[in-house]
Amino acid sequence: MQTGLDFTVIWTNITYFFIGRFPHGALGGIALTLYLAVISCILSFIGGLFLGLMGISHNKIIRYLSTAILNIIRGMPLLMVIFWMYFLLPAMMGGNVNESWTVIMALTLFTSAYMSQIVKAGVEGIPRGQTEAALSTGLHPWQAMIYIVLPQGLRNMIPSFVNQFVSMIKDTSLAFIVGVSELTHVATQINNRTIIYPTEIFFFIAVIYFIICYAFTSLSRWLEKRLAWRR
Amino acid sequence: MLKYQFDWSVVTSGKYFEWLLSGLYTTIQLSLVAIVFSFLLGLVIAMMRMSNAKPVRWFAHGYLEFFRNTPLLVQIFFWYFGSYKILPTVINDWLNKTNFEFGAAVIALTIYTSAFIAEDIRSGVRSIPKEQLEAARSSGFSYVRSMQYIILPQAVRITIPPLINQFLNLTKNSSLAMTIGVMELTYQARQVESYTFKGFEAFTAATLVYVVLSIIITLMVTYYDKVVLSPMKAR
Repeated sequence: MQTGLDFTVIWTNITYFFIGRFPHGALGGIALTLYLAVISCILSFIGGLFLGLMGISHNKIIRYLSTAILNIIRGMPLLMVIFWMYFLLPAMMGGNVNESWTVIMALTLFTSAYMSQIVKAGVEGIPRGQTEAALSTGLHPWQAMIYIVLPQGLRNMIPSFVNQFVSMIKDTSLAFIVGVSELTHVATQINNRTIIYPTEIFFFIAVIYFIICYAFTSLSRWLEKRLAWRR
Repeated sequence: MLKYQFDWSVVTSGKYFEWLLSGLYTTIQLSLVAIVFSFLLGLVIAMMRMSNAKPVRWFAHGYLEFFRNTPLLVQIFFWYFGSYKILPTVINDWLNKTNFEFGAAVIALTIYTSAFIAEDIRSGVRSIPKEQLEAARSSGFSYVRSMQYIILPQAVRITIPPLINQFLNLTKNSSLAMTIGVMELTYQARQVESYTFKGFEAFTAATLVYVVLSIIITLMVTYYDKVVLSPMKAR
C-alpha cells in the first residue's frame, strides 16, 4: 500500500455516475448503460428470432446465408463490429449518425447472432409431434411456427435470454470507445479529471456492474428452476 | 460512398501491411500467454470450487461470480490505471520498467477468462456419473488415483470443446487491449485507417484474420465432437 484508498471521490460525483448530466444535459452513467442494454436487447431479440428462423428454414439458400452471417459475426470481436458501424453507418446514411445509435446497431448485430442460437435450440427442443399435429389440423407451416411452436419454445428460452442480457450490459462498456457517456466512459472522465483515484473509481464501477449483472444472473437461475419444475 | 476509391494495395504490401502484421503478431503473443495462464488459474479455481473445505469453496465461488459479472474493459482499466495503489512498491517499480500495457492486458484477460474456464472444467467433471467414482473406489482405487485414472481422463475429453471456445473468445477479447495502448491487430487496423483514410480496407483485413481464425477453430471443434465425443456418448 502506497497511499490509502479514499472513496470520497465517489460520493462527490455520485449523481454523475448514475445519470450523467441528466437534468441539465444528456443522459449518462448507469442510466445510459441500462438504456443502451435494454434497447439493444429488444432489437437483437427480433434480429435473433429472424436469423434463428432462417437457420431452420427448409430453403437451403436461406439456411446457408444465415450460417454465413452467423460465422462472420461470431468470428469478429465486438470492438471490430463497433468500428465497422462507426465507419459504415455515416457512409451509408449520409451524414452524421448519433454515437449511441452506432453502438446500439453494433450491439444488436453482434448479439442477434448469439440470440439466434438460443431461438434455434428453443424451437428444436419442442417435440416434432407438435408441429405435425398442428399441420394435420390444417395450419400453414408459418402458423404452426407462430402459434404452436414459438410460444412454447420462448418459455424455455427465457433463462438464456436473461443471460444474454447480462452479457449485453457488460458489452455496453465498449461504447466508451466511440465516446458514448455510459458508465465506463463517465468513470474514465472522472478519472481524467481527478487523476489520483483510479483504483477507487474503477473498483466502484466494477462493483456497480457486478450488482446489476449478478441480480440478473440470479434471476435467470431462479427462472430456470421454476420453468423446469413447471414442465 | 460512391466516390470511395478502393485501394487494396494499402493493406497487402508496404509499411501498412507491416503494421497489420506486427499487430497480428502481438495479438497472437498476448493470446497465447493469457491462454496458458488462464488455463492454469482456471484449473486451480475449479479445484477450489470442488473442494471439501467450505471457506475455500466460498472464495472460489465469490471469485467466479465477481469476475464473470464485471465487464472485461473495466477489469483492464482497473489493472492498468488502478493496480498501483494495491501493489507493493517493489512490484510497481518493476512494472514501470517493463511493458506494463502488455502486462496489464495479460493479467486482466487471464483473470477474466479463468473464471469461465473454471466453470467449464467443473461442469466437465460433474458430467461424469457419480457411480464411476463409486465403482473405482470400491475396486480399490484411492480418491486421488480414481480421479487420475477414471474421472479426469473422461472429463478432460468432454471439456476440450468448451475450453477451445473460451480460448477463441479470449483471442477476440484481446482486441480490448487496444484501449490501453497495446498495439495488437485492432489497434493497428485503426492506425492504418487514421493514417490512410482507407478504413474499409484496413478493417476488412483485420476482420478477415479474426473470422478465418475462428472458422478454422470452430471446424476443428466440430470435427472433434463428431470423432471423439459422439462415440463416447453412444457407449
